[in-house]
Amino acid sequence: MVLINVKATATARSRRPHPIRRLVVRRLGAGVITLAIVSIVVFAATQILPGNAAYAVLGHNATPARLHALELQLGLNRSAVAQYAAWIGGLLTGRMGSSLANGQPVWTLVALRLVNSAVLVALSGLFGALIGVLLGAIAALRKDSAFDHALSVAALTVTALPEFVVAISLVILFATVVVQILPAVSLLPPGTWAWQQPNLLVLPVATLVIVVVPYIFRMMRAAMIEALESDYVEMARLKGLPVWRVLLVHALPNAVPPTIQVIGLNLLYLAGGIVVVEYVFDFPGIGQGLVSAVSNRDIPVIQLIVVILAAFYVFMNILTDVVALLATPRRRIAR
Amino acid sequence: MAGLGTAIQHPAAGSGIARLRRREWLSVLSRAVRTRRGTVGVVLMAFVVAVAVVGPFVAPVSPTDFVTGPFSGPASGTPFGGDALGRDVLSRVLAGGWLLLLMAAAATLFGVVVGAAAGISAAYLRGWADALIMRTVDVVLAFPSLVFALLLVSIIGPKLWLIVLAVGFSHAPQVARVLRASTLDISERDFVKAVELQGVKPRLIMAREILPSLITPLTVETGLRLTYSIIIVAGLSFLGFGQPPPAPNWGLMINENRIGLQLNPWGVVVPAALIALLTIGTNTFSDAVARVALGVERRAEKDSPLEDHVLVAPR
Repeated sequence: MVLINVKATATARSRRPHPIRRLVVRRLGAGVITLAIVSIVVFAATQILPGNAAYAVLGHNATPARLHALELQLGLNRSAVAQYAAWIGGLLTGRMGSSLANGQPVWTLVALRLVNSAVLVALSGLFGALIGVLLGAIAALRKDSAFDHALSVAALTVTALPEFVVAISLVILFATVVVQILPAVSLLPPGTWAWQQPNLLVLPVATLVIVVVPYIFRMMRAAMIEALESDYVEMARLKGLPVWRVLLVHALPNAVPPTIQVIGLNLLYLAGGIVVVEYVFDFPGIGQGLVSAVSNRDIPVIQLIVVILAAFYVFMNILTDVVALLATPRRRIAR
Repeated sequence: MAGLGTAIQHPAAGSGIARLRRREWLSVLSRAVRTRRGTVGVVLMAFVVAVAVVGPFVAPVSPTDFVTGPFSGPASGTPFGGDALGRDVLSRVLAGGWLLLLMAAAATLFGVVVGAAAGISAAYLRGWADALIMRTVDVVLAFPSLVFALLLVSIIGPKLWLIVLAVGFSHAPQVARVLRASTLDISERDFVKAVELQGVKPRLIMAREILPSLITPLTVETGLRLTYSIIIVAGLSFLGFGQPPPAPNWGLMINENRIGLQLNPWGVVVPAALIALLTIGTNTFSDAVARVALGVERRAEKDSPLEDHVLVAPR
């Protein structure tokens, strides 16, 4: 009876596509739809809704002639649908017109900043994950020790702090008032890449690491405690396996997948978190680009950066779920 | 007993559940205050709120008067020295907090109300309403809160009401998700089924039966959202999209005075410390409430420790 059932499920499963692939396809589909709606919202909000974008850019001293010229440049005299079609076409082909602030092509302007921000996010994510996982694992092993309690209280405190307070505190400690061993601003000379001047990256990366570590730490600690209290770890201990083997081969692989999900969520947060941190350090990334574009009402640049951040959020979310699924030993044989 | 009787006689007036839940909610709050974390949180919040509320009345000089040299250090009349334009840092700190508190509270209230309405309706009405609401939630979630606010500010300008609405609206999706999950659970309970059979309108069931049962998760969520509102509102004014310059404002002060850190750090340190104490206070208190509400303090071993985590990522 049981045998027949197993056979039936096996054949049924082989006919259907692999469950993880099916999940990826479904989530990607939903993600693309979400992004399409996001692009419509961004476009409608910035270009069509409130009267006229040209008026918003020029402000109250707009003369009819200048208004008309800018309307032509932004293509505001066409129908909303035609404007959107032209805009989305430009977005996908990299031809997005020029910045209203300095006349440079929008896509080139943003692409350079995008690389710098990607370096910042990647480094912060990497160090944040490593430090968070390490501290979480140690705290779990030393559960209820003074070290564990101190870390938990510190994590609770740091999660409450705004990024700009963390950033300013680091500037006070390491770049101005207390000691001056690091640069307070991370202005990159034009044409240089973020990784060519590693000392400029230290404080922005440190800020973001401090902001994300507590979350990763807490999840890792909880997951590790659960793994350590499980039957299979007890079994491994009773078998007389060496401690390092119990930890690395039995406990860790089961504690990491839920933590991966949290690491992913924190990378998502970094998409928004870079805005303030880049601004504090004058770091030439898309976050700082967004702030100055908003100050200058540089609508094409705002549109592109917001859509990029939203796309990062949507696809990172899918990637996180898939990686967490693949890394879970129990779930690999899906329903 | 009396509560049950009322429910049977006047189904639309809400069952005894509402009163029962309110009592439970008050007991959660008072137990939270009595935990160590809760006490620390309340004391910190009370201190900063007192400074912000009483401050404008006790400021020694006008926050916009030029009383000393730019970035001059602490002196007898000016204990925290002067700011970038030679105004009294102490007076500006005392006068510059109340609006942040007001805006953050208003944004939180707006976000929680919109989010709760959306989440409860989605879960209870199901069908196309659920699909529509949750799809909207996905779209709003794709914008980081600060970016969402910046997008709106870039169109309409840095209006204070707009910032409140933008910050509040960007909270709504998370609140909606949490309350949708709780509502799905509650709406299968017998007391809801009983009222449904009496033919009460869905709107009344949601408002009088389901909402009162969710008051505890709603409180936990409100605490979290309050911390984030403070962070985003202060962050926006730090970026220069809040009150316009001559006005004293903690976020703006940090930005105005940070170029003079070497000369007079107090213009940055004092407002930054007050913002930090406030957010640490709200966060610690809402953590205490969450722990009491979820029963973390005396949880049985059968539950997974993973459920402790209300917070998994910033904002």
